[in-house]
Amino acid sequence: MRTAERARELPESGIRKFFELAEARDDVISLGVGEPDFSAPWAARNAAIGGLERGRTSYTANRGTAELREAIATRHEGYDQSYDPGEEVLVTTGASEAVDLAFRTLVDPGDTVAIHEPSYISYAPGVELAGGEPLSVPTRAADDFALTPECLEAAGAGETDLLVLCYPNNPTGATMTDAQLAEVAAFCREHDLRVVADEIYSALTYGADHASIATQPGMRERTVVVNGFSKAYAMTGLRLGYALGPADAIDAMNRIHQYTMLSAPTTAQIAALEALRSCDDEVREMVEEYNRRRRLVVSRFNAMGLDTFEPGGAFYAFPECGGDDEAFAEELLEAEGVAVVPGSVFGAGGEGHLRVSYATSMRELKEATDRIARFLEERD
Amino acid sequence: MEAEREVLDVLARNAREDIEDIAAQTGLDADAVEAAIASLEADGVVHGYQAVVDWDRTEDGKIRALVEINVELDRETGYEQVADRIAKFPAVDALHLVSGDYDFAVEVLGGSMDDVSRFISEQVAPMPEVTQTVTHYIMETYKDGGVRFADGDDDDRLSVSP
Repeated sequence: MRTAERARELPESGIRKFFELAEARDDVISLGVGEPDFSAPWAARNAAIGGLERGRTSYTANRGTAELREAIATRHEGYDQSYDPGEEVLVTTGASEAVDLAFRTLVDPGDTVAIHEPSYISYAPGVELAGGEPLSVPTRAADDFALTPECLEAAGAGETDLLVLCYPNNPTGATMTDAQLAEVAAFCREHDLRVVADEIYSALTYGADHASIATQPGMRERTVVVNGFSKAYAMTGLRLGYALGPADAIDAMNRIHQYTMLSAPTTAQIAALEALRSCDDEVREMVEEYNRRRRLVVSRFNAMGLDTFEPGGAFYAFPECGGDDEAFAEELLEAEGVAVVPGSVFGAGGEGHLRVSYATSMRELKEATDRIARFLEERD
Repeated sequence: MEAEREVLDVLARNAREDIEDIAAQTGLDADAVEAAIASLEADGVVHGYQAVVDWDRTEDGKIRALVEINVELDRETGYEQVADRIAKFPAVDALHLVSGDYDFAVEVLGGSMDDVSRFISEQVAPMPEVTQTVTHYIMETYKDGGVRFADGDDDDRLSVSP
């Protein structure tokens, strides 16, 4: 069948190749997984089952149930963010839908959108589907992959219309402090940039609490914050996210959402409400376990000579393997059956690095890092 | 104290972690981990290290029972004294003073139902303070020590995902 040009022109994701290589073997320990290894807290799953039992299988309001929007707004008050649940919150089918809606709402044909890289692989295609042109803004290992005004300046981001910001970052695990965000916010105000802030990993930070650019002076009115339940509550498959922003932006996003999605999955909304109400202890335990794994993995990589900065969030470490990261990852998979994702898949600045997910049991992490150490020894 | 808590969190999940790995996971150095463990042991926070065993899967098995015990105290005898006497039996795996309808909840481990019955009727019931015992044999254990006893911890996630 003839397909549309815009679909044909979308590049294949670089992750696909590694997925196929890894799937072809059955002895693989995968450090290539971008989702939690935990299951959603039982209370949330149980609430979802209860909803099904009571026959709650119809649509909800387009923007999501009133209770869930209320609970989301209350949660964000705890982060010094104030959003009106009636007009400034939109519940979506995964954070992915919220990102897509934000692009379709904020990008006019011909607009350019600055995307710091390395970053999650969906932003550039999302911008292109919305008719915009992505502009790559490489971040630097020397800055631990934080976005700086210098990086923005060097890439010519001052001329763009929108900035996509994702911290804690996939794939690097990098986080940004309030002070660092203040500099980016100043750049955005000076060049009149709006921001889509994908904060899906905000609950997974180690040491310092998450900082949002939307709390910087003058930024709330020019920022759409995207978040969701997938990473914090380990419920990726339930597909539930949300967007927070000024009423006019959320209203416009909801206009698209009502035609394309109608409402986010009802069962998932029920689970999410329970997650917000009663599952914070479990999130805390998951974060503590991620933190132990993070420390183990980072210390082991540094000990074996793969320089790794200390990632402040998400569940990724980003060791430097030097040279051709794709070849390194392929050889590692071939020789030792350990799957990692080459950093260059995530765009400019990722080359010479590997994305290592520590959303895997401690036992497997130990085995995998032992194998990587052996691979390095035998390669020399 | 923070260090001890971090070390304890690791040990409570896996008491077989070696010192180097505990150090890596907690961000402490190996000496600090050793010191924390020594002080946890000295302070009676950590009393020992045991495997979580599903006895039903062993060849000769073991029978476990939960036993409710009611006691009558007098001027000379308190819960502490009764507990001390019951705890001395090696068959007693765990002993708790509880609120509710009875006084002590006892976990008894024996080679057979007969062993456990005889232990209760011949050793525990005749104690002068004991007024009543109710024995519940454990038919099946689904979770113990925080560990779910079940097959299949299948990871059905895609092996590589964005």
